[in-house]
Amino acid sequence: MDFPILSTLIFLPLVSSLFIFLSRGQKNNNSAIYISLFSSLATLILSLFVWYSMDYASADFQFLEEQSWINDFIKFKLGIDGISILFIVLTTLITPICIISCINSVKDRVKEFLIAILILETFMIGVFCSLDLVVFYLFFEAGLIPMFLIIGVWGGPRRVYSAFKFFLFTLLGSVLMLVAIIAIYWITGTTDVTQIYEIKIPKEYQNLLWLAFFSSFAVKTPMWPVHTWLPDAHVEAPTAGSVILAAILLKMAGYGFLRFSLPMFPLASEYFTPLIFTLSIIAIIYTSLVALMQDDMKKLIAYSSVAHMGYVTLGIFTFTKQGIEGSIFQMISHGLISAALFLCVGVVYDRLHSRMISTYGGLVNYLPKYSFLFIVFALAGLGLPGTTGFLGEFLVLTGTFQKNYFVAMLATFGVVLGAAYMLWLTKRVIFGVTKNDQIKNLKDVNKSEMIMLGILALLVILFGFYPVPLMETLNVSVDNLINNYETDIKIISLN
Amino acid sequence: MINNLNILLPEIFLTLSIFSILMIGVFVKNSFNLIFNLSSLIILLTIALILNGSNNVEKIFLESFTRDAFSNFFKILILVASLFVLNSSKNFIIDKKLAKFEYPIIILLSILGMFFMVSSNDIILFYLGLELQSLSLYILASIDRDNLKSSESGIKYFVLSALSSGLLLYGCSLLYGFSGSTNFDLIAGELGKDNTGAVFAMVFILVGLAFKVSAVPFHMWTPDVYEGAPTSITSYFAVVPKVAGLAVLIKFMFIPFSKILMEWQTIIIFISIASMILGAVAAIGQKNIKRLLAYSSIGHIGYALAGVATGVISGYESTIVYISIYVVMNLGAFSCLYLLKKDGEYKENISDLSGISKKHPILALSFLVILFSLAGIPPLGGFFAKFYVFTAVVEQKMYALAIIGLLTTVISAFYYLKIIKTIYFDDSIISFDNTKNKFAQFSIFISCSILLTFFLYPSVLSNVVDTLFLN
Repeated sequence: MDFPILSTLIFLPLVSSLFIFLSRGQKNNNSAIYISLFSSLATLILSLFVWYSMDYASADFQFLEEQSWINDFIKFKLGIDGISILFIVLTTLITPICIISCINSVKDRVKEFLIAILILETFMIGVFCSLDLVVFYLFFEAGLIPMFLIIGVWGGPRRVYSAFKFFLFTLLGSVLMLVAIIAIYWITGTTDVTQIYEIKIPKEYQNLLWLAFFSSFAVKTPMWPVHTWLPDAHVEAPTAGSVILAAILLKMAGYGFLRFSLPMFPLASEYFTPLIFTLSIIAIIYTSLVALMQDDMKKLIAYSSVAHMGYVTLGIFTFTKQGIEGSIFQMISHGLISAALFLCVGVVYDRLHSRMISTYGGLVNYLPKYSFLFIVFALAGLGLPGTTGFLGEFLVLTGTFQKNYFVAMLATFGVVLGAAYMLWLTKRVIFGVTKNDQIKNLKDVNKSEMIMLGILALLVILFGFYPVPLMETLNVSVDNLINNYETDIKIISLN
Repeated sequence: MINNLNILLPEIFLTLSIFSILMIGVFVKNSFNLIFNLSSLIILLTIALILNGSNNVEKIFLESFTRDAFSNFFKILILVASLFVLNSSKNFIIDKKLAKFEYPIIILLSILGMFFMVSSNDIILFYLGLELQSLSLYILASIDRDNLKSSESGIKYFVLSALSSGLLLYGCSLLYGFSGSTNFDLIAGELGKDNTGAVFAMVFILVGLAFKVSAVPFHMWTPDVYEGAPTSITSYFAVVPKVAGLAVLIKFMFIPFSKILMEWQTIIIFISIASMILGAVAAIGQKNIKRLLAYSSIGHIGYALAGVATGVISGYESTIVYISIYVVMNLGAFSCLYLLKKDGEYKENISDLSGISKKHPILALSFLVILFSLAGIPPLGGFFAKFYVFTAVVEQKMYALAIIGLLTTVISAFYYLKIIKTIYFDDSIISFDNTKNKFAQFSIFISCSILLTFFLYPSVLSNVVDTLFLN
């Protein structure tokens, strides 16, 4: 067997968090920051290496690892394809950025914070690598523990309420998935995803199992009407927590739809498409309208996340190449953009300790660099051509038009609303008259903030103009997904 | 005959040692320390004797006593748990002025009773073992006799337990009447679906056993006794008799009642669901940690019984895995309580934990691990316990039981989170004394490391458990 590169990728952050734990005694936080930064960068480089060395032309799972695990029947199986590697790289990219951001924003219990972030990284990479339902569930749920602590310990005034809401909502959705996973084991005799793809789950079970998985993914995505935990969690979480939540945790559900719901329950997926379309459209239009009315910047971005994830679910369930590629692209792009927007809010929050839009105004006169970056991300968020935001939405809409004109039309209307709230936000925060005297004394972005936001801005624009590397990685895997889906539908409906 | 006695060697050794240390206790003054250490030694030696003996099935004394892998596993679990309970609570016992030499001896006596319970293959021997255990437990519950709450809990436990023992005995006599034998195997051969009297007997016996493991609706004593008894006794109550009670319950369902499965299955399903729901809901409002752990243990028994309710061997095995992990978690949780000492007083309220994460980070972290594990969140040990049970439950297509069970885990997660919230999110009020309770710290360490690393090799435990039902 080859070198277990995926396990290394997963457990490297965990091991380095152990090191930080052991260096608790020291008063100075620098060593902890260096260790975590170093290890997260190492993870990033390793993941880039994996991306570089994988074979895009093959739709098979690569870097397979298998270990017998729970008795003889469940294996600890890891492997990646073109879809998962993008999410892994997104995770490993966002984590060092979060660690840099906490240099400025976290003052209290820094080491514990870093440990939580690194443990969370382990679980997130694990989610995207796992090829076994139980392993997936393990990582998927385990992520709740560090996130609960991040929101609850380092969060804002209503942090307890938000942390509880986050934890209990997600757990409630997930336990049904656990029942479904166990049921799948007794139906097919395995929880190995690749084997389940081959075995094909009988018609009569598909709808119920799909609903059980949906209950978990819908909460995590989050889809309307179970999205209410997200604005609370985002608002109260510290900057780094919001960034991870928006950039990666939400993507687990979209990834789950692609990896599990679609290939394992094709018939049910088709059957429930109208439900998903309805919920997605409501999410896109309703939450965009809600976002318009927010006076809290973080809450506004949180609602915009719900709307953007609406495009993702819409695209996945079109079952077209454009739709699915667009969804994946939208997830990556939203991961970069929402992370950047939350960081932007974090930058001014660290200075003035207010998230209210009314506190700010006329920032452009005093913080030119900051304002430039903010505008770049806001424009990317509303889907300006030349940024990643445009490509994702455009592809999703192209895919949707092939399926359903009416839905596509409504979704396009959402794009307009998106532009409305983003531009209005920019107008109120960046431009306008400076009413607040404190703003005049603010310092512009410092070096570390510039690095984080600069990298993200570069990537947003780079992939906006030249999406080829991402698309090439995806291409074969998505083709394979759609082919299997179509043949499965034919086979199962014949039976 | 001499060969046969080898089978009984652990019991004989335990009995003789109890008599001898009782003599030492009577004739040597201030002998608590000596007796205490001797008791630990006796427990260790008994473990060694059991490990040294064979696991082959042997039935002696007219097949009323069985020694097999099943009973040996439970004996070792009981002994190890008692060893940890005793040693981690030593400082507590001394601080609370409970350091009487009878204390460890009574614990050993109750262990002896449980030995006969889990080894019994005959209702008379089973009943004698149960009574020996119960009598010891009555005394233990009220051992802090100058404390009103402790005496109250002792009396409460005695009255209710005596009632349940009476019902159990009545069930045993019915069983004898309708099957014509007291031997488990012979009873199993006699019982059938048309034997209505046996069903009555089964119900009475089940009531008695449900009381001993504190399953709803026979749980009423649990919160009061847990709260009233000194913490060292509570931790014993929470762990050891539950293990023995569950072992006997499994044995009853597996051997004598195996043919009336349809009849008892519904009852166990009801008891299981009721315990899970009550354990989850009633714990929410609790302010005392011991009371909360009482309700949580009721809930956990509910999950364990869900495995029994399947009525198949894989279900019983999952219950045994569950109870083993439950023991680990509860030993850790109670050991944490021994460290909550402020000016010589042990704190028991959840609000006392407020903000301890700042001043006692390691203790807080251990609490965190244990509580998340009790809540059944992966990747901790508690998740795997639930996973095994629900895998067995879903295998029998009992989807309703599985879904209700998992939904109650969400409700119960709420109160575990509330404690974690108190520890991590609230402002710190008090800082506890730096106790030198090395063994409590050691047992917390052991418990946490088992829970944290369980996901690496989850099959270690279940491989052992798989061998228990081979015969």
